[in-house]
Amino acid sequence: MILEMNNISKNFGDLSVIKDISFNVDRGEVVSIIGPSGSGKSTLLRCATFLETISSGEIRYMDTVAAYTDPNGTVNYLTPNDLRKIKGYFGLVFQQFNLFPHYSVLRNLMDAPLKVQKRHKDEVEAECMELLRKMGLEAKANAYPCQLSGGQQQRVAIARALAMKPEVLFFDEPTSALDPELTGEVLKVIKQLAEEKMTMVVVTHEMSFARAVSDRVIFMDGGVIVEQGHPEEVFGNTMEERTRQFLSNYSR
Amino acid sequence: MSLSTMILKMSVGLGRTCSIFFLTLLISLPLGLVVALLRRSKNKVISGFFRFIISILRGTPLMLQLLAVTYGPYYLFGFSVSRNKLIPVVIAFAINYAAYFAEIYRGGIESISNGQYEAAEVLGYSKFQTFIGIILPQVVKRILPSITNEIVTLVKDTSLAFTVSYQEMFTIGKQIANSQTSFMPFVVAGVFYYVFNAIVDFVMGKAEKSMDYYN
Repeated sequence: MILEMNNISKNFGDLSVIKDISFNVDRGEVVSIIGPSGSGKSTLLRCATFLETISSGEIRYMDTVAAYTDPNGTVNYLTPNDLRKIKGYFGLVFQQFNLFPHYSVLRNLMDAPLKVQKRHKDEVEAECMELLRKMGLEAKANAYPCQLSGGQQQRVAIARALAMKPEVLFFDEPTSALDPELTGEVLKVIKQLAEEKMTMVVVTHEMSFARAVSDRVIFMDGGVIVEQGHPEEVFGNTMEERTRQFLSNYSR
Repeated sequence: MSLSTMILKMSVGLGRTCSIFFLTLLISLPLGLVVALLRRSKNKVISGFFRFIISILRGTPLMLQLLAVTYGPYYLFGFSVSRNKLIPVVIAFAINYAAYFAEIYRGGIESISNGQYEAAEVLGYSKFQTFIGIILPQVVKRILPSITNEIVTLVKDTSLAFTVSYQEMFTIGKQIANSQTSFMPFVVAGVFYYVFNAIVDFVMGKAEKSMDYYN
């Protein structure tokens, strides 16, 4: 088990965004999380990546407890130093790419492996060039993010996350900021990673993509998991009325 | 007095003008950054204190601050006024400019999108690495035009040192103007300041250009 999230709740003030969700990710699994906006799916991802602190529950990566709730109800996280090691287990691809604009494409990929993981430059450079080749962007190694299209930037962002050699890759609506004609090239890359058995969790609004690529689809609404299962079950043999309602908006 | 003697005499003061200018920048640019960060502190006492200090420094005339730093120690504690006025002058200028720079830095820091911090956090950068390697370079690019503006103002503000009779270029010029009943020294001073600022413009333009490669 790469990630275990047990009984996670997240409140923003009085607003309860995630209500007692448990969610696991196995090695090699591709999980898609779908649901209307405000359903808590992005927040769940942000809790998993420590960008938000949970209000209660437990998070484990690779059998190491990263956060837990003690009997008093207080949530405890590992110290920043120990958490840094855990952060090496996952990567996150943002909706808005969030590349570093002042670094070249190659430097965007190489900087964290060098500065955070303290790996050797030659080795990192060779690996990063290979990643760019895989993304079809080796010609852009020395370009700057502002010179790239949105689709290219997102592929660089995926490569940047992969350069850290994560166990699991999270995607937070990776194509929502892209023109429809550019989403294809990003989805193709994610598909390719799925074929290579990369463990991934994708929050997405691309239903046909979720259906084609995922091993498991989770439908969230109102801060809870309404329904989950094999994509053919969730899409083809929907059990819950709420899910059916949501999916019908997409088939139109 | 011939024009060339005038220029020669004022040139001597130009060295002191440059001393005020460079020392002020050397101190106030880093100090401003520190103040900006303290002003952004989550601790309400710290941020409130620096907000107050900045409001005092920006809300009162630099001339008054120069007088306060130079003669204040005498009136308050009976210390003798230091012989070398460069020290109080630079202290007053550096503190005053740090306040302005702090607000420029703060604006720049706050203009960087949260996504940059989040991307760095997920990649495992420490807070320090994030600030130095990722945030600050982008901040510098954004605030450079405002910084240039302040530096240009500083060049001209050095003339305020005449209020404490520090013998920089303008003070000397003013003395010559008085003794010779001539307007010429002011013209010379104007030319000096203009040329000085033309150099500042050129250097800062180069600096801006060197960061043109991204936006």
